[in-house]
Amino acid sequence: MAPIAEWLFLFLIFPGLLFTVVVGLTLCWVDRKVTALVQWRAGPPPGQPFWDVLKLMGKEVIVPAQAWAGGFLSLPFVGLAAAVLAGTFVWIATTGMAPTPGGDLIVVIYLLAIPTLAVILGGAASGNPLGAVGSSRDMKLMLSYELPFVIALLVAVFQKHEIDGEMVAAGTLSLSGLMEFQGDVGSILFRPSGAIAFLVALLCAHAKLGFVPFDLAEAECEIGEGALLEYSGPLLGLFKLTQAVLLATLPVLLVTVFWGGLDPTPLGVLAFIGKIVLILVLFVLIKNTNPRVRIDQAMRFFWGPLTALALLALVLAQLGL
Amino acid sequence: MKAPSSRRVVQIGPFHPLLEEPVGFALAVEGETVVDVDARMDYIHKGIEILAQQRTYDMLPILLERICGICSVTHSVCFCNAAEDLLGIDIPPRANYIRTIIGELERVHSHLLWVGLAGHFIGYNTVFMWAWKYREPVCDVFEMLTGHRQNSALPMVGGVRRDIPEKYFPEAQKTLDMVEGKVKMLTDAVLDDPVLKARLKGVGVLTPQEVMDWGVVGPTARASGVDTDVRRDEPYAAYGELDWDVCLTENGDVFDKAVVRLLELQESIKILRQCFDNMPKGDLNLGMLHMPRGEGIGRYEAPRGEDIHYLRSNGTNMPERLKVRAPSYTNVASFKASCLGEKISDVTITLAACDPCYSCTERTAVVRGTDDQPERTFGDLVRLSQAETRRVADEMGRPHDLQLT
Repeated sequence: MAPIAEWLFLFLIFPGLLFTVVVGLTLCWVDRKVTALVQWRAGPPPGQPFWDVLKLMGKEVIVPAQAWAGGFLSLPFVGLAAAVLAGTFVWIATTGMAPTPGGDLIVVIYLLAIPTLAVILGGAASGNPLGAVGSSRDMKLMLSYELPFVIALLVAVFQKHEIDGEMVAAGTLSLSGLMEFQGDVGSILFRPSGAIAFLVALLCAHAKLGFVPFDLAEAECEIGEGALLEYSGPLLGLFKLTQAVLLATLPVLLVTVFWGGLDPTPLGVLAFIGKIVLILVLFVLIKNTNPRVRIDQAMRFFWGPLTALALLALVLAQLGL
Repeated sequence: MKAPSSRRVVQIGPFHPLLEEPVGFALAVEGETVVDVDARMDYIHKGIEILAQQRTYDMLPILLERICGICSVTHSVCFCNAAEDLLGIDIPPRANYIRTIIGELERVHSHLLWVGLAGHFIGYNTVFMWAWKYREPVCDVFEMLTGHRQNSALPMVGGVRRDIPEKYFPEAQKTLDMVEGKVKMLTDAVLDDPVLKARLKGVGVLTPQEVMDWGVVGPTARASGVDTDVRRDEPYAAYGELDWDVCLTENGDVFDKAVVRLLELQESIKILRQCFDNMPKGDLNLGMLHMPRGEGIGRYEAPRGEDIHYLRSNGTNMPERLKVRAPSYTNVASFKASCLGEKISDVTITLAACDPCYSCTERTAVVRGTDDQPERTFGDLVRLSQAETRRVADEMGRPHDLQLT
């Protein structure tokens, strides 16, 4: 296959758009079903998230009169493309389809920030005052969680292990490299520094996904979906797809960086699915046992205790713990 | 100092996920800080007071039940209190107990409803679903005893219309035991939750002085430590004979407003138990009564605070005037004191914290005149509406059903 066709296949079919969307919407159903069970409700049938998006796709595109139409229309595509690209990188590394180039961890961190930026700019472009409030909250929230998130991921890079009497760190910024290294020395998660970093990264990923208690950028009871307020129909559907792709990417990123990734045997695949579902259930439980926090509380939480914990984990990792 | 241009208006309502009824709040914000708040409450005027002048005293309690979707017993019993004040009569003890039972059942399901909604407003949907799940059996008890989940149609001037069957009391007691356990669980969960405390403590504070200044009533006032409760201060129904306490907390913030309601829930269940155990025998009502000329005032402690009905009779079988002052009417005004200087996220929960009921509160529709739209009288509106009906009927090729005069 010509490289361009191969890339297109990777990006659009597997493990890109189609695959991550299907996985993401399925995980979205797991989220909704478990939430329903926690709340004594029946919950939706498995196909519901698919039907929801399909229905949105069939509706009219409405651009508000006061909006900046170019940005308003294009940003959902930018967000989805970035999320799918991040998902492609992560899944290629995890499934071991191809060795990923060095530095793709950094690329993924950047790509994962773009969907949030798209929501922020989209909210601002909509020209709605509530959208502006939502955008400003989302921006503050992003500034808060990115710092501990990056530090926590770096713990996996600098984590020192004893190999043949020598203290060695993975020292690579490639996802496949990190996975390979964990294959040699065991999951980083089971060390004190790794466990702390995993916890920090989990909470940051929770905020990235915009789940309660960090859903203050949407907060429908306060600012009515915030930045997404003016979006409807296919454009809203694209944001929902972006959300689904992120849901299919972030847990996998966590598993790849901290928990040994995917072992390509039937048992390994089952274990991998178990890990993803476990992380998802953790998300759902956090989401359903907490009220929404205020933006100042969220910032204090991420810049205070979580950044301190992430730095502590980094120090412990250097000490080889 | 910030320039005034940094002010923006954030509209909450008339249709908004925060509101179960249409009402318009305009928050003037600088950044996320609310500097002013304005309310517009004329979206769902039902004209109950004018209808009340066209109904006989026997029909009125049933109409007045429909003032509010939640406090239905409140308004009908409050009206009966006013009518009995005018007549200067005491009603049979059994009727008093029945009024107490339905009144307290209503308080229980109303407070549970608020707890759920408050949870929803701060994004805590688990609390929302759980509180409503436990509210459901209370509505079932209501239906078991009166035949309807909301509008019992029991109160009438001079007593109650029907009896409530005593054979269901054991079943009702059992449900109350279950609900009491769950309420205790919810109370403990709220009191212990650090995130809830961080979110609600010190938010939307009303000082006792502000409570006095704005005439705040009910749990919203009691959360600030203002010791007021009509059930104790001017006992009606059977409250004077029962053993119960007025629940008070001190801080006046949203957290305390939640706590005071949860404590009141337990008090209400205590009252209900005593009523079931000590139900007296005897007449249900005094029969049809002639209403002489005069005026009467009824007070009632609704789940949301003090409800007042003013009744003036001209000796006919219909009132000359009935004025309703629902508790939310004064509580909503206190937003001017509790919301200014707070963040938007805190204001939304503060707006909800007085358990406002706009359906009760709306009594007047003021059509605001603008330059291109003159003010319209009631007659103008009727004519416009009839013309519209005719136009739609013509478009559909159907006869004019209305007999227009």
